[in-house]
Amino acid sequence: MKDSYTLKSLAVLLENNKISSKELTSEYLKNIENGKELNCYNTITQEKALIDAGKSDERRKSQNLRSKYDGIPIGIKDLFCTKGVTTTASSKILSNFVPNYESTVTQNCDDAGLISLGKLNCDEFAMGSTNKTSFFGSVKNPWKSVNSDNELVPGGSSGGSAAAVSSDLCVASLGTDTGGSIRQPASFTGTVGLKPSYGRVSRWGIVAFASSLDQAGPITKTVEDAAIFLDIISGHDEKDSTSSVNPKENYYENLNSDIKGMKIGIPKEFRSDKLPASTQKSWDECANLLKTNGAEIVDISLPHTMSALPAYYIIAPAEASSNLARYDGVRYGLRVKGNDLIDMYEKTRSEGFGDEVKRRILIGTYVLSSGYYDAYYIKAQKIRSLIKSDYVEAFKKVDAILTPSTPSTAFEIANEPSDPVQNYLNDIFTVPVNLAGLPGISIPFANDENNLPIGLQLITNSFEEQKLLNVARNIEETINYSETPEKWWLK
Amino acid sequence: MVAQMIEGWNLVIGIEIHAQVSSKSKLFSSSPTDFGSKPNSQVSLIDAAMPGMLPVINKFCIEQAVKSGIGLNAKINKKSIFDRKNYFYQDLPQGYQISQYKDPIVGEGFVEIETENGQKKIGVERLHLEQDAGKSLHDQDPNFTFVDLNRSGIALMEIVSKPDMNSPEEAVEYVRKVRSILRYLGTCDGNMEQGSLRADVNVSVNKPGNELGTRCEIKNLNSFKFIHAAIVYEAKRQIKLIEQGDSVNQETRLFNTQSGETRSMRSKEDAHDYRYFPDPDLLPLTLDDDWIKGLQDSIPELPDQIKERLINEYSLSSYDANIIVSDKATSEYFEDVVNNRNPKLVTTWVTGELFSILNKKNLIIEDSPITSKKLGELVDNIENGKISNRQAKEVLEEMCESGKGALEIIDEKGLSQISDEKEIESLVDNVLNSNPENVKKYKNGKDKLFGFFVGEAMKLSKGKANPKIVNDLIKKKLSQ
Repeated sequence: MKDSYTLKSLAVLLENNKISSKELTSEYLKNIENGKELNCYNTITQEKALIDAGKSDERRKSQNLRSKYDGIPIGIKDLFCTKGVTTTASSKILSNFVPNYESTVTQNCDDAGLISLGKLNCDEFAMGSTNKTSFFGSVKNPWKSVNSDNELVPGGSSGGSAAAVSSDLCVASLGTDTGGSIRQPASFTGTVGLKPSYGRVSRWGIVAFASSLDQAGPITKTVEDAAIFLDIISGHDEKDSTSSVNPKENYYENLNSDIKGMKIGIPKEFRSDKLPASTQKSWDECANLLKTNGAEIVDISLPHTMSALPAYYIIAPAEASSNLARYDGVRYGLRVKGNDLIDMYEKTRSEGFGDEVKRRILIGTYVLSSGYYDAYYIKAQKIRSLIKSDYVEAFKKVDAILTPSTPSTAFEIANEPSDPVQNYLNDIFTVPVNLAGLPGISIPFANDENNLPIGLQLITNSFEEQKLLNVARNIEETINYSETPEKWWLK
Repeated sequence: MVAQMIEGWNLVIGIEIHAQVSSKSKLFSSSPTDFGSKPNSQVSLIDAAMPGMLPVINKFCIEQAVKSGIGLNAKINKKSIFDRKNYFYQDLPQGYQISQYKDPIVGEGFVEIETENGQKKIGVERLHLEQDAGKSLHDQDPNFTFVDLNRSGIALMEIVSKPDMNSPEEAVEYVRKVRSILRYLGTCDGNMEQGSLRADVNVSVNKPGNELGTRCEIKNLNSFKFIHAAIVYEAKRQIKLIEQGDSVNQETRLFNTQSGETRSMRSKEDAHDYRYFPDPDLLPLTLDDDWIKGLQDSIPELPDQIKERLINEYSLSSYDANIIVSDKATSEYFEDVVNNRNPKLVTTWVTGELFSILNKKNLIIEDSPITSKKLGELVDNIENGKISNRQAKEVLEEMCESGKGALEIIDEKGLSQISDEKEIESLVDNVLNSNPENVKKYKNGKDKLFGFFVGEAMKLSKGKANPKIVNDLIKKKLSQ
């Protein structure tokens, strides 16, 4: 019964009074307690969740519901500022930070009556693709290889968000995606991860990593849930100047799996000999499946794909170096005493930030420096424009693009490459989508020979989330992927 | 003295004016901007750079900047970009200042100033919008610096001139003129004491015909007096260095208002690398033609236009007109008084007598105890001959002290002038009859005695006789 919990199914159970919000919340809190080993949550707001659930039950009784989903508990990446609840960005520098304000996205969740179970672990300041950069330690992937008992990374940076959904520590969660931080961990954990178009979801109140790339989105069990969750969190926000004024659509209501006559592009630049055979196989199978279901498969070219990663690793650190300047020990967060102002800055930031964050601040500071700016930052922006126009051209020919989500399935925590650049390659398929500001979704398609989930990515044009979800729904409906991890942590 | 010191040298001056935009709220947040509020009482989450906070542009500040640009005869850029200027300081919460670097909202323009040699055009390079930082208070605690973020995020316009000024007087005139234009437009209150308008002055010296000298920038000058003094000091310092065979280092200097000297703050080598880049939290700012046109149409009459009108309409001299339009309140005051009155008389009484009283009392015209209506009443009484100029001065002083109207004081003091010809004639007859010897001497050619007769007649009238009528009558009687 448990494994079939989704936003959609829970809404029905609650509506039919088969379960109360309080019971449901207690059940998830118990799961969280039993799943502590996975290290998904930085903060568990048990008391608050139960109080909120009680209030939801009251609302249901008095038929005063905030939405159909009132009373369903979710998890929130520890990057969203939540009023009165510690918000750390998984960093030492913010480990004591309690905002007195609520991010727009989490406010939207609250307005829909969703119950927060707590704050989910992630890479420090969302920088990483393994969740190993968190000050609070690695999240463990609920999945394990059939051939080994070694613990695997859940992906990152929204590793806690993906692992929690995959292991039933919440039914759905909020993540953020700057270069793949929703889609890559979704792919590693057999969940659905949606990164909306840039501007579709408000960034207000989310700890910023790279402002021109950051976008919040849901991690869910199903495509239907992704549509439901996107309905709840999206929309224009006048507090975010980059938020789109495009009218919000009813993604769930308009969700259908009709893809007849659609053209699906397969970009040749995403092909690689290094791609695992099982991933290549899934990709091919999915294309065939879409063809069988009435779509036309078209070979396309996105010529600047290989320049995306280098451009990303200039633009994202550049913005991050500036965005993270505010963590200076003066007003909030960690302060390590020094002899003078500069000494205090140095000590605070040396102790407060982890290695990966420092690395990116250094890269970002370097590429923005006078004398290097044109060679790095400006050039990267030019590449970004070229990548955008690649996609503009492609979407003149096709409705959606199908690619693998990641170049591999989940790998062992202990086997993380020591060369950071090797790690950055995890994002090779997801990064171009952020640079182009497009919506992308990763859906689980099959498991590989080690029984680890393989995710495939769909991409559509800006603000074509509906089409994106429809194609994803078509695949989901057809394959009916129902693999779940064995709950080894319960033993 | 200045002229002497500068003899044989060219002075080249460029100025950056930081003018606080008159706006109830800050550039990117809705916090109020009231001066002198309790420290940290006007700070929003955005101003304090809390995690996840985003700037949203205040449209009114955009409007104010564009209006200012129009007032400076400048090109309005339909697309401009906000950049981040990155540096660490305790009173800069974001770790960067949002400013405009490569693409400012206003491009090239000019203002005209009055110089010894007539009108001179001073080029404006650009005007851009930026955030102010907070304020560091170093004197509140022996071990800590306190930070007040009330100013943090307040909108400033930075107006950069071309290096078109060649004397401290021109520099002061330029700042005066820009300040006056902004005040006419209502885009900056120009209050220099409160820091609403401050200037960074770039100074270099060179021998005529030689290439430009190395410049030094003197930061944060907040009065006309300091601008003048700092330039004089700095020019002398640079000339002395060069004459000694040393060279001028490019550097930023601070002006000590006590000693009147400038001292080095940091050299070019120590200059920050601000790592400017476009702020990804803000979209490029685009303005449409109709909106700009609408603002152009809303621009009030500016000092240069008013000056021309005063010269044409009232035949004022360029000098007088210039004094009157230098300040919006003054020109409004003047135009209130001059309405249907003798312009020359009004000019004298506004720029002469009234100004000298205000100066003595250290008041600005907005706070004048004598309203324009009251001054008009006084001028009327001069014009209709009821009181003399001399009496009027006395009345004006009394008006200032007591707040009473001119007529009331004239009546109280019995100052009203005697203009009745018959009355004056009997006075004159009295004087001439009692001094037959002097009348004789006068008629024999001792012209100087004329003044004596007038003086005696005035004495007899206790100063109330209309001196013109006294003069005329004496002349007439003595020539009979």
